[in-house]
Parts: sequence; structure tokens; C-alpha cells
Amino acid sequence: MFGNKLQVNLYRYNPEEDKFPYMKKYVIEKPKRDIMILDLLHLLKEEDQSISYRRSCREGVCGSDGMNINGKNGLACITPISSVVKRNKIELRPLPGLPVIRDLVVDMTEFYAQYEKIKPFLQNETTAPEQERLQSPEERDKLDGLYECILCACCSTSCPSFWWNPDKFVGPAALLQAYRFLADSRDLKTEERLEALSDPFSVYRCHGIMNCVNVCPKGLNPNKAIGEIKSMLHKNKKDIIVTDGV
Amino acid sequence: MNNIFTNNIKKIEFDALIVGGGGSGMRASLELAKSGLKTAVVSKVFPTRSHTVSAQGGITCAIASADPNDDWRWHMYDTVKGADFIGDQDAIEYLCSEGPKAVFELEHMGLPFSRFENGRIYQRPFGGQSKDFGKGGQAARTCAAADRTGHALLHTLYQNNVKEGTNFLNEWFAVDLVKNSKDEVTGVIAFSIENGEVAYLKAQATVLATGGAGRIYASTTNALINTGDGLAMALRAGFPAQDMEMWQFHPTGIYGAGSLVTEGCRGEGGFLINKDGERFMERYAPNVKDLAGRDVVARSMVLEILEGRGCGENNDHIYLKLDHLGAEVLNSKLPGICELSRTFAHVDPVYEPIPVVPTCHYMMGGTPTNISGQAFSRINDQDYLIPGLFSAGEAACVSVHGANRLGGNSLLDLVVFGRATGKHIQSELKSGGGVESATKSDIDNSLERLNKLNESSNGFDPADVKKELQECMQNYFGVFRRGEFMQKGLDQLNELKEKVDNLHLKDKSDAFNTSRVEAIELQNLFEVAESTAVSAFKRTESRGAHARDDYPDRDDENWLCHTIYDPITKEVSKRGVNFEPNKVEAFPPKVRTY
Repeated sequence: MFGNKLQVNLYRYNPEEDKFPYMKKYVIEKPKRDIMILDLLHLLKEEDQSISYRRSCREGVCGSDGMNINGKNGLACITPISSVVKRNKIELRPLPGLPVIRDLVVDMTEFYAQYEKIKPFLQNETTAPEQERLQSPEERDKLDGLYECILCACCSTSCPSFWWNPDKFVGPAALLQAYRFLADSRDLKTEERLEALSDPFSVYRCHGIMNCVNVCPKGLNPNKAIGEIKSMLHKNKKDIIVTDGV
Repeated sequence: MNNIFTNNIKKIEFDALIVGGGGSGMRASLELAKSGLKTAVVSKVFPTRSHTVSAQGGITCAIASADPNDDWRWHMYDTVKGADFIGDQDAIEYLCSEGPKAVFELEHMGLPFSRFENGRIYQRPFGGQSKDFGKGGQAARTCAAADRTGHALLHTLYQNNVKEGTNFLNEWFAVDLVKNSKDEVTGVIAFSIENGEVAYLKAQATVLATGGAGRIYASTTNALINTGDGLAMALRAGFPAQDMEMWQFHPTGIYGAGSLVTEGCRGEGGFLINKDGERFMERYAPNVKDLAGRDVVARSMVLEILEGRGCGENNDHIYLKLDHLGAEVLNSKLPGICELSRTFAHVDPVYEPIPVVPTCHYMMGGTPTNISGQAFSRINDQDYLIPGLFSAGEAACVSVHGANRLGGNSLLDLVVFGRATGKHIQSELKSGGGVESATKSDIDNSLERLNKLNESSNGFDPADVKKELQECMQNYFGVFRRGEFMQKGLDQLNELKEKVDNLHLKDKSDAFNTSRVEAIELQNLFEVAESTAVSAFKRTESRGAHARDDYPDRDDENWLCHTIYDPITKEVSKRGVNFEPNKVEAFPPKVRTY
């Protein structure tokens, strides 16, 4: 029925006009070549200026355009239509679990607050050498798969634990960064970092659901990093008990 | 957002206001936040979405890691030569000699540089790099975090700003500068994209760190947000722009998509081939081949295509061959490139070459500044510092890149001069410097453009006008230029001016109205495009990135100089190049070959 047409169901909400959000149906000519979801949004916006979404680098490195595409979080700019279209239909919604500002734009305040909470910066108060601090390639390798995070929030907003406790559970994105600094041979605040994560919520609300791994557009594995943190916390706790015993 | 008057907008006061949350802006803000001055960064996107994030190959700097005998003077020589001798040598000297300090600071802040076996920062070869003033062969001077150096750098700077408690006005859009009656800059008019609230952000020092404007071209490696907002604000306020004809076309943008493929690919041993499989750069640059200056490589590629040796069905692109490097090197040194080519070119570089084409990449020109980031205008052929106005990074023209920037020098530029600007403002404000307040009518002037757009009931569709503008620049002001074509382009821009001044903003809502943002960005693009066109037409020679069919040779007698574009008269004047570095002898102009 939609042989040459593509139906896009788009989540619309403008707080100045709409009491409730709604899905709006757009039917367009099917693009001749495979384009990205972001290109598709550009086409729609040319027809309807009022559609709102974030975008910047359009190549998957800035993390602006995370959204829910046919039920799965991803980056619009590196998701080809062909990989998601089902029966000529595509459904676009904002990232789940965060307040919607307008259309596909969500309020990321809570997400960023969790990021800031883990002190996402290197802490090393020893006097810096005149040149760089040395780090072996093996030590540096430990940061691979961690530092590449683009803060798109695809993972945290696909996580039921984060939906439930966005204020208390740090969430996969920020925990990945917490581990990025725990794993850095140059950072000296391991104890303090672990202490700050040792409450029942910050890390332990992760139940290994793995949605984060499933959706990460950069192919990163927050679940693994969380596992590493948990084992560091565990080890740390034992150390404390031993010390107490002495 | 109905008609807005000065009386009913909020005024927020800062000591220093940085417009732009990319590398240079956040390096400046970091310096200022540490000093205790009340500092804010106003950014139209969350800072880590800024275009610095897309920089790949690295930051070029003589930290003497790959080669313990490396010398910043060699880097300076390369940069002067790369600039085709119109880079200011005092500024280049500062860039190259201060560079190591700035790079080590980044490492101390936590930037995850790749490493050599001895634990020092990894450095790779890039184009235009030499040892011993061009006599010692290829150097490896570009410090890298795999091929994600910009991402690592930008996130590190953001993280350290969080640490120091910098104020961020994220997703606020700066519309225009506010000037007082003495032509001093006293801040900006800006609005919150989230809710449409308009405010006068008052500051003793305003830094334009808004990056480039590659979106004036239809095909560019630049992010969609690179619309030259700061430079355009300065032009509208009547302040000049320098060397606007100088636009770098990067040799390797992915064919069709425009995404950047780092020069580091060629640094690691990749090379370009034409449809016959020939490594053609051996003919154009026999000594350094694929690692010649970017302008040289880009022109060679276009010539291959024009002469029918391009690749693909339409012979309209070139192949970048990497498969001979092997999967291990590609996955460890160039993982981001593998990802990008699979996504945007549908090829896996481990097995197939990447289709590439020269693509607009970098604006060498910008708001002219001295090495402390102080912006200046020109009065009676003399530099005249503009009180309260500063600029750094790609938005500025300090000028370290002259007519052609070397790869890896942009990241160095933004940290070195972001830092210098922050330091200067700190000492200026602490010694009592500053600017007088603006009056109500001064502020009204800066609200005019926003009000006009908000009141528009008919007019031209911004999306259509933007396409016309980008096509015009692409057609008439690309890799090769010619007077008669540029004249056509100028005529077309004249017609476009009317449309750009009469855009119709259909959606007048306040909440996250990206149409309003895009309409203003289009006006900004136009300012930059016009200054580019006028300056390019005026420079009747070929130098660096500015290549004219009708004037194929460099003309040192007439054009060993900067161009200064005056936005009020729309005329171009000349400004001398600095040949007076402090610590070394100046490098005199000579024939530039690779």
C-alpha cells in the first residue's frame, strides 16, 4: 500500500500549544537512496518548520541527536533508514524517561547532574612534572572503550533502573565515566571515588538488564564497567574489614 | 517572543563572557574561572557537542617525544611555509614555543593521549612537517589520542571546567554584540533556546570563540552548527575581518557525505590513487608525496578528476588506500575512521579504499586579533584595539595559518590562544581595565534583528535561501577560482542579500524553536560568505588555499599581505604581515615546494 511512500510517525509536543503530546503522521516519497534518520528529519522540517530536534556534527561523535527510533534508542545521524524501517513505517520518539521540552528534545538536566556527581575529571594533586605524566601503552589501553563516550544518553534513558531512580542511580553513562577515572593510572582518588559510589543506589541499582550495551551507538559496554566497579567496591570493602580487624 | 524592548529584558552581569563552548572558549574560560573572575560560557549547544569534538588526527606540537631532538623552531618554519608566508611570524613563534606547555597542561588535566612504549605521548607524522627547517626529512609531530583527539580534548576541557565551577549558559544563542557610544563592546544580546527568554549578558570582556563557518559551502566537513555566529556579530557591529578568501579544502572528505577522514591516515602510511591505481601525488610532490600541504594535495586531486582520471562511475572522486596497513594498525590507530567509512561510505578500509573528495574544512580568516586575543579594527591603516572585544580559535585570525593551515595546528591554535586570551583578560581586569555601560538605545540597536525576524509576516523561506547561498559559494568560490565566475557569484550574493534581510519566520513559538535559531544562523552565514567573496575577488594572485585560474602565480610584490574586509564600505584593504619574531630570525618568503 505504501510502495513508494514512507510513513513517519513523529512524536509532537509544543508546550505553548498542546495540552498533551501526540503522534503525527507524515507521508513522504521514499528517498531514492538510503539516507540517515537525521536526513529524514531535515526533509520533514523543510515542509514543517515547527518540528524540533537537536543536531550538530551529523557523524555520530557529538551525541546531540539521541532519540527513540522504532522503539530502540540510537543516534539519528548514523542510523540508516534501511536498518530500522518496518513495513514502510518509521516511528520517532524522544529518549524515554526524561521530561520532554518539545518534540524530540528532552530535558537532560538529571542526566548531566549524574555525570557531574561522579567528579568526571582527573584527580591527582601531586606536583605535575614539567613534561607529561608517563603512562605505559598497557595502562593507556585500559581507557579504551571508556573515554569514547559521547554523552548522548541513549544508554541511561533505555535503563529501567534509571527511569525509576534518575536522581539516585548514577546510570550507565556516568558509571562508565566513573570507571574511566578509576581505571586511569594517573588518577589518585580511587578510595574516595569508590566511597562515593558505595551506597545502595549509585551502582547497585544496576541489575544487569543490558539495555545500555544493546543501544550504545559507539559500541561501548557500560555493563562491563559497572561490573568492574562492583568488584572494586567488593574488594575495597574486604580490605576495610581486614584493616578493622587489625 | 513578541516585540522585545530593552526595559523588559533581564540583565545578567559577568566579568568575562565567552561566546562559544568549543576548545578555545573552554580553554579561555578555564583560565578565567581559576582566577576567580565571574566568568560565563554562553553556548548554543551543550559544550561537548561543539565542533572541536570532530577533530581526529591530533594536535601538532614539538614536545620532542617521537624525536627527542625535535625543536619548536622547526615547527615554526613548517607553519610559516605552510601558510605560504602570510602568517604573522610573531604569532607563529608564540604558537610553536608556548605549545609544549599548553599540551602538557592538557595531559595533566587528564587528556587520554595514546602512548609510546616509553610512556610518553604518541606522535604521528602529518602533512607539511619537517625536521631541521625542511632539510631533515619527514617529522612526526602530531600528538594523538587514537583518531579521536578532538573528542578527548573537548571532553577533558569540559571536565576541567566542571571542576573549576565555570558558569555555563548552555543552549543559549548569542544574537548580536552590544556596543556603547564609544564603540566599546559591553556584552551580547542572547536568548535561551529552551524557553525563548531574552537577556542582555553584560561583560567587561567578551570573547568570540564561535569557531568556523564551513556551512557557507554546500559540501563541508563542518558540523551543522558551524555558521560563523561570532564573526558575523563582529561584522554587523562594523568590525573588520581578515584573510576571508582563505578557506581550506581538506583533501579527504568522504565522497557524498562530507565527513572528515583524518590526514593521519596518510601519516600512518595510507595514500591516494586515481582510477588507474596510480599514486599520483608522486608526480605533484615528488619529495613528500601524500604528505604535502593540504592545499597542494587538494588541488592535485581536483586536477586528476578534471583530467578524467577520477574514480567511480562518474570519474568524480579519488580513492584513499589504507588496506595495505593491515587490520591491526587500522583498528588501533584509526578506529574512528573505520567506523565512519563503514557508516558513510559503506566500505571497510581494511579491505577497500575510501572514496574521498576535497571538501571545505577550515576558515583561516576571521576577526583579526593580536597574540593576547584582543580584537582590533583598522583606522587610517593602523591597528586599533577594540575595548572589550576578544576572539580566539577558528573564529579569530591571529594569524598563524596565513593562506593554508597545517594539519594538527588548529587544536594547538585553540588551546594556545584560548589560554593566552584568558590570561590577558585576567590581568587586564585585575588591573582595573573594563568598559563603560551601554545605554538603553545601545541595547535597543542590538535587539533590532531579533525583533524584525519575530515580526515577519511574509518573506523568503530560510531553507531555500540557505541552499541558494551554499550552492553559490560552492560553484564560484571553491578549490579553483576565476575572476569572471567570482563576479557572477558576487552578483548572485547581491540578489540574495535582499532575501536574507527579509526572511519569513513562520514559527514564532518560544520553546526550543530551532527555526528561529536557523534563520539567524543563515544571516550569519551570509555575512561570512559576502566577506569571503569580496576578499577572494580582490586578491589577484594564487597563494595557499586561494588558487585562481586567471592569476596562477604567487605575487609577493603586491600580495605578500593580509586582506582586511570592511563590512561597512564592503571594501578590501591591505595589512602588512608580521616578519618580526622575538626569539629567532624571520623566515623570508621563498618558493614553496613539497
